[in-house]
Amino acid sequence: MSKAATASAAHALAPGALASPANIRRSSSRVSGKTVILIGYIVFLMLPIYWMVNMSFKTNEEILSGLTLYPHAPTLRNYVIIFTDPSWYSGYINSIYYVTLNTIISLTAALPAAYAFSRYRFIGDKHVFFWLLTNKMAPPAVFLLPFFQLYQTVGLFDTHIAVALAHCLFNVPLAVWILEGFMSGVPREIDEMAYIDGYSFPRFFTTVFMPMIRAGIGVTAFFCFMFSWVELLLARTLTSVDAKPIAATMTRTVSASGMDWGLLAAAGVLTILPGALVIWFVRNYIAKGFALGRV
Amino acid sequence: MDLQWMAWTTPTALFFIGIAIMLAGMTVWEVVSPTAEAKGFLPMRTTRGDRLFIGLLGSAFIHLGWLAATTVSLWGALAVSLVWTAFVIRFG
Amino acid sequence: MDKVQDNRAWFLIIPVFLIVAFSAVLPLMTVVNYSVQEIFGPGQTFFVGTEWFESVLADDRLHDALVRQIIYSLAVLAIEIPFGILIALGMPGGRSARTSLTLVLLALPLLIPFNVVGTIWQIFGRGDIGLLGATFRAIGIDYNYTNNSAHAWMTVLVMDVWHWTSLVALLCYAGLQSIPPAFYQAAKIDGASKWAVFRYIQLPKMRGVLIIAVLLRFMDSFMIYTEPFVLTGGGPGNSTTFLSQYLTQMAVGQFDIGRAAAFSIIYFLIVLLFSFVFYTIITKTGEGEKK
Repeated sequence: MSKAATASAAHALAPGALASPANIRRSSSRVSGKTVILIGYIVFLMLPIYWMVNMSFKTNEEILSGLTLYPHAPTLRNYVIIFTDPSWYSGYINSIYYVTLNTIISLTAALPAAYAFSRYRFIGDKHVFFWLLTNKMAPPAVFLLPFFQLYQTVGLFDTHIAVALAHCLFNVPLAVWILEGFMSGVPREIDEMAYIDGYSFPRFFTTVFMPMIRAGIGVTAFFCFMFSWVELLLARTLTSVDAKPIAATMTRTVSASGMDWGLLAAAGVLTILPGALVIWFVRNYIAKGFALGRV
Repeated sequence: MDLQWMAWTTPTALFFIGIAIMLAGMTVWEVVSPTAEAKGFLPMRTTRGDRLFIGLLGSAFIHLGWLAATTVSLWGALAVSLVWTAFVIRFG
Repeated sequence: MDKVQDNRAWFLIIPVFLIVAFSAVLPLMTVVNYSVQEIFGPGQTFFVGTEWFESVLADDRLHDALVRQIIYSLAVLAIEIPFGILIALGMPGGRSARTSLTLVLLALPLLIPFNVVGTIWQIFGRGDIGLLGATFRAIGIDYNYTNNSAHAWMTVLVMDVWHWTSLVALLCYAGLQSIPPAFYQAAKIDGASKWAVFRYIQLPKMRGVLIIAVLLRFMDSFMIYTEPFVLTGGGPGNSTTFLSQYLTQMAVGQFDIGRAAAFSIIYFLIVLLFSFVFYTIITKTGEGEKK
């Protein structure tokens, strides 16, 4: 087992452990042009977000009466409305519910499949793998109509499981792809030693193998969360009332009640928070994760 | 389960049955005599399955091109596609 | 990495196979069925053969949307790939608070729901209440993304750069992190210029991740729907109507199901062709590196 522990330690250390080009350049002890570009880019990223946050604390009178760089009469009115009106906050609960459901389904199905792809050759393996990937690349708009009909026929329309299953269309292939990358980084010898030690496959997989690729599992969960959380087209098509995601609540309320900019901004800010929280947890694995385990 | 929502028609059913038979046939062929990667006129090494896929994808575009360019019967496109697919599988 | 030949591995794939078959194969078959029929409602259909395909292939608005789509996707690649590389080169290394903060800030736009991205830019860009719009007006440019095609198009493009360049940067950063420090020391001893270091050490190491970046950015920009929908609704005129937008208009707006289905199939075939070419390049590159 010590071998396994070393391997997993090396795996966990990989991102960020090595000296980067930036470290070496910094020895010339002046601010390089590239750092300026990076800072400029971060400012460019943050300005629109700041503007929305800023607006969410303003009253509509202040928003419409002219530009102010910060709220002169800060108010929590917009947030109070969201947290007290069920049609608003149930949107958040619905979104979090189906996103969680989707992440669990995707991971459970993808783990054994990714193991199969990373360890065995079998009939049609490469073609099945490519077929899975094409679903990640298929435009969701193509599936709009049949999904609507399909879920209505099987009686799942407007349920959380319907959205979770529909998002599996792109999340399961993605999960298989990422996990396969991470699993291929674990040497085969570990599997063989465990089998010699008398582990059965399910026991080996859950007690030895899964802990070794936990960084990969975390990154995969992050990606499933992310893609399910940001998707709107399918989620909106497959729901009407009971499972309506927050993103859909936003578009509909805006068109119905004229333009309540402050409320819209507050709802937008609240959709960013879960994502920001999740990023913070996986920050050390982000870089490797975005390379889908293939660096 | 009610399949009416899928709106099946005879031609499309035949089309999918054809695809299913092809996949089953390729699997059986693979079991009987496993394929080897080979290099033909295509820029990369391919297996039999790869070449079938390239043949079919090409056929789809041949049909679309035929529809866009002429009003002649689509059977012509089918004939061209069959020749193309056979050619890719044999020499690709 | 020698794999063992064992067809029993299929059993491990069955769950994934069933889920994806349910959510991809059944709907895809249905789309094919719809594409050859005129659909008035459940059970009220009749066979029209290839008529929809002919009408879609001859549709000028579709040609325009396709051209617009290709120009847009190419513009996205031409800006985001070099810009992403540049940002990745400037990112701090090591495991410090500064690195973590940079990574989190960069990744933030990726976690924002697509329609909220549209909303953010809507709020930011408006001339009366938005910082960007107001700034443009203050310096004398009559910026208005709701009735000026060029402004609308540029705003959608800048929004995409804002939304997705971080993905390219993070991928390249991961590639750069995998370069052993010894490489840089050797280059320093040899007196290599910064350009030489980039050209002969950094760029080759980023090749694999760059291909993934190009693939993801091309595919996603080719399917873009929600952000322009929220920001401009495809207008003014049709200036920001891309393929998905046009397809959704046809299917949901006009309830023209047969035609939308035929359009879907053509759209899917185009994406399939590109995916296959890119995927072949990716896997063949991987093999080359291992040897």
